[in-house]
Amino acid sequence: MSYLLPLPVLLPMLGAAISIVGSRSATLQRVIGVVVLAAVAALAGVLLVATDRQGPIVTELGGWPAPVGIALVADRLSALLLLVSTLVTLAVLVYAIDQRITDLGRATASTTFHPMYLMLCAGVSLAYLTGDLFTLFVAFELMLTASYVLITRRTGANRIRAGMTYVTVSLLSSLLFLTAVAMVYAATGTVNLADLAGRVGELPPGLQTVLGMMLLVVFGIKAAIVPMHFWLPDSYPNAPGPVAALFAGLLTKVSFYALLRTQTLLFPREEPWTLMLVLSVATMLVGVLGALAQNDLNRLLSFLLVSHIGFLLYGLAVFDAAGVSGAALYAAHHITVLATLFLVSGLITRRSGTVALDRMGGLLRTSPGLAILFAIPALTLAGVPPTAGFVAKLALLQAGAGSGPAEQAVAGVVVLASLLTLYALVRVWVRVFWGEPQAPVPDVDPADEVLVGTARTSVPMYAATAGLIVVSLAIAAFAGPLAGMTERAGVDLLDREPYRVAVLGEAP
Amino acid sequence: MTINLVMAATVGVLYGTGFTLLLSRSLMRVLIGVVVLGHGTNLLLQLAGGPPGRAPILGAVAPEEFTDALPQALALTAIVITFALTTFLLALGYRSFVLVGHDEVQDDVEDRRISRQKTPSAGLDDGDGDGDGEATP
Repeated sequence: MSYLLPLPVLLPMLGAAISIVGSRSATLQRVIGVVVLAAVAALAGVLLVATDRQGPIVTELGGWPAPVGIALVADRLSALLLLVSTLVTLAVLVYAIDQRITDLGRATASTTFHPMYLMLCAGVSLAYLTGDLFTLFVAFELMLTASYVLITRRTGANRIRAGMTYVTVSLLSSLLFLTAVAMVYAATGTVNLADLAGRVGELPPGLQTVLGMMLLVVFGIKAAIVPMHFWLPDSYPNAPGPVAALFAGLLTKVSFYALLRTQTLLFPREEPWTLMLVLSVATMLVGVLGALAQNDLNRLLSFLLVSHIGFLLYGLAVFDAAGVSGAALYAAHHITVLATLFLVSGLITRRSGTVALDRMGGLLRTSPGLAILFAIPALTLAGVPPTAGFVAKLALLQAGAGSGPAEQAVAGVVVLASLLTLYALVRVWVRVFWGEPQAPVPDVDPADEVLVGTARTSVPMYAATAGLIVVSLAIAAFAGPLAGMTERAGVDLLDREPYRVAVLGEAP
Repeated sequence: MTINLVMAATVGVLYGTGFTLLLSRSLMRVLIGVVVLGHGTNLLLQLAGGPPGRAPILGAVAPEEFTDALPQALALTAIVITFALTTFLLALGYRSFVLVGHDEVQDDVEDRRISRQKTPSAGLDDGDGDGDGEATP
């Protein structure tokens, strides 16, 4: 089984290479992209079943044993998130391909899009699977460098500023990450996560706090935790529709996964984590209140994205098996629903020609299908029963209810933030879908990547979005088995022993 | 582990200079800030291996005299990555200069619009509007 482990990283890389060489043929690029991602999704499914049956799977790269060489590790948490992420990347790729065919015809290819897209997927897979702190840094760089190209590709004057902010902030957090890696190595003499799990505990408490806080700040910037979130609502809305959907679905959640992995493995706690609880409340409230102030659909969704990162943090703050398991379930739900909402927003702007909510209206009459595609993920994000959002929030609230008084009080904030999310999305519904139909606003920048206001859409674009909704509904439908699995994942994460034994052998 | 004071001070100066430059409004300074900060980080990574020793060749050198080769490998990887990203940032900065016509970080249009709003509901966006305004360098 362990020979399958490098494939989710290698296949997209190979696909990217072929995609560059064969950039003259648009069809080749498209087929390679879809086939590779479908294969990775299948592999992730196999890994998920295998890890759930037999525990963590480990591959030692180059045959070097674990503390010296680089280990790839798949456990329940990483396999689950890998599967959900790959399904999202596949659907977004289908959407992006079809958008280009609809706009520019079948023959035109983009030289950079497909290779970069696949490299980003390789980086995401590596980040989920690596068992090594430095390789985690490399994975983040792989993912972020590809994202820099995707967000700044063919920009006009109005979009370059957002790209610049995004690149600079991400670079800064990457350099801080590298600093943290250097300090961890200087203190312990290893960068293997399983090995670190034993050695960090032997350090003086002050040094442990410094290392823990540095990693928190690093992943906090990347995961857009308030007050380190300011770059996100600034940059994502300016990316083309499918790219924004990809970023919104994946990047912040990969960072949250890294935060969850490092904090549970390296810095175990007996008590709930008060600082994380405070950050979680701030993130939930600032995000959702920011969303209420927006008139720009994509910015509104970006603020909601930030707000719902706070829900993930709440699970981590409770810091018991139930909380961590709730956070894992919520992450799976969050990846799908945010990507769906950004894709729907892309479809809406293709009709309306603008992202300004006050210049839209009456879409319920002109395109009722779109209304259904918006309504389901919107209700899911708000957590209305019986959607996946409800299931995931219930898991979090149950974890909070079984914890201390402060956690129980914050459970009230979770409910409040959910209600405010619903309010923000209902406002979008009223402005976009009700009222008199408005004429499409002409495209402000016809030369750039995205053509809007043309009302040209095709069946596969709707189908890709609907496919993601089906994934989200599947999370709700199979909530029982999934919750059982995330519970086992949560127990394993806090126990730490299965992971260490799998990587280091019987040593610890 | 012994610490080389000169090197530690150098890393400190590089970090300080890097962060100061990052806070400025000109894109070129921000870019140089990233470069300087990158150098500081790579040097720190290099220092994480402890005091220098002899080349780690089995048989030729006694194992206790080995220098720690792992941080050097890590630093090499990190140098390649920071180098590539610096080039990308340089290209992006140039493109921004060509498109916008000046070398300055611009304000977010949306932030300005929100901060101008004097409607009673503007009280709601407190956290976001302020956070954004201050955060954009």
